[in-house]
Amino acid sequence: MKYTYYPGCSVKATANLYQESIDAIAPVIGIELEELDDWNCCGATAYMSVRELMSFAISARNLALAEKHHRDLVTPCSACYLVLNKTNHYFEEYPDMRKKLGQALEAGGLSYSGNIRVRHILDVIVNDIGMERISSLVKKRLDGLKVAPYYGCQIVRPEMGFDDPDDPQSMDVLIETLGAEAVKYSMKTKCCGASLMGTEEKMALKLCRELLMDAENNGAHCIITLCPLCQMNLDIYQSKVNSLFKTKFNIPVIYFSQLIGLALGIKSSELGMKRLGVKVSGEMKRIIEGA
Amino acid sequence: MLEKEVCYEATLDHDFLDEIYSLPGGKEIKRCIQCGTCTGSCPQACQMDHAPRKIFSLIRAGFRDEVLRSNTVWLCSSCYSCAVRCPKEIKITDVMYALKRLAIKEGKAKRGKKATILSRNFVGMVNKYGRNHETELMTRYILAAEPFNLFSFVPQGMKLFVNGRLPVMPHKIRNLDQLRKIMEKVEELGEI
Repeated sequence: MKYTYYPGCSVKATANLYQESIDAIAPVIGIELEELDDWNCCGATAYMSVRELMSFAISARNLALAEKHHRDLVTPCSACYLVLNKTNHYFEEYPDMRKKLGQALEAGGLSYSGNIRVRHILDVIVNDIGMERISSLVKKRLDGLKVAPYYGCQIVRPEMGFDDPDDPQSMDVLIETLGAEAVKYSMKTKCCGASLMGTEEKMALKLCRELLMDAENNGAHCIITLCPLCQMNLDIYQSKVNSLFKTKFNIPVIYFSQLIGLALGIKSSELGMKRLGVKVSGEMKRIIEGA
Repeated sequence: MLEKEVCYEATLDHDFLDEIYSLPGGKEIKRCIQCGTCTGSCPQACQMDHAPRKIFSLIRAGFRDEVLRSNTVWLCSSCYSCAVRCPKEIKITDVMYALKRLAIKEGKAKRGKKATILSRNFVGMVNKYGRNHETELMTRYILAAEPFNLFSFVPQGMKLFVNGRLPVMPHKIRNLDQLRKIMEKVEELGEI
């Protein structure tokens, strides 16, 4: 199946390991991702705080560029997913905004009629490819691996509708399909602090501590996530959580696409695993290397 | 804490209400039933001067200054928990964004100084390259917001760098002109 792909700025930088794993699994599971030519930043949450219409307008440029291809627009980043979707919804919902956005796009020689469906790559893998196909492709079952599925905020909220906003199941089902065990994870949709890590660090670290603690208390060997910011906060800042709260967390935080790749038998080195801040060790290492 | 113990009708700012109502989704605030679901859902409520439920009550009563000076909006991480659970379907997160913009505009964003610096630098990045360049954004932000704390950012920066996650070069879009024309038009049309 072919999709237009909107990578977002993070996967080109701090989340490049996410991109590596997507590149590695996409051809195996049968999705073709054609990068949207000359896409620009969606604005994320930061732009919205300063300028609203501007944020929707730059986001709409991407939708207008994508519309020519008549395919779903797929992104791996939760913030991009939210912002592009929100632009779509507001374009539909508020005629005044639609008019202004239309005028702004026209100034750039573009137009948008509102016909693009924005999707997260998890949605595509779980619902278009399906668990049956994924299951048939598994080469190394991840038996014994206990995984905490962390969805974060923006994948299921505010109104995306492909999974439950409080108790989503897509990744839980995926984990079980790969042979691993999805541990009970009541914090699965709680916030990691997102960009507050830059501005209100202590508060964000506290939120991260709670997420790590719940995963550890439920015996998880690792956490899987689908958002570049969630991964960075939990992975890169884990040592800072430890030094601030005198904890000893040592939990790898990997992308769900990396977990799929491991079960498909793709080499760790091709999945960006070496770029993790908290390296895979102990029981998890034994399972993924020995399995 | 609220500074005014007793408040007179005349001292309240009812224009504030009209301003909020005129924002996209702003009118919905009228439907708030003060149930407190937003506050109960907010991961940051316990750190806020006034938790979300109270902010809505203050907005409706016309406490402009208290609302715009409080730390509440700056602790909102846009997780949308409040918004999806609100029984009256108020777009709470959007209201928080609108309050951020108002506070910045009126120079009342004292607590939000760092968030404002981050947002402004982010906007600068997008205007310059069409895309965010995380390495440059972080560097600029730290130099502007926390010059005396520079060293506390080094370990995390190093961790990203040694793992090849901090590219030096920005990605610039080809048709920056087109993006800028769109942005100029928005300037001309004015914000909503």
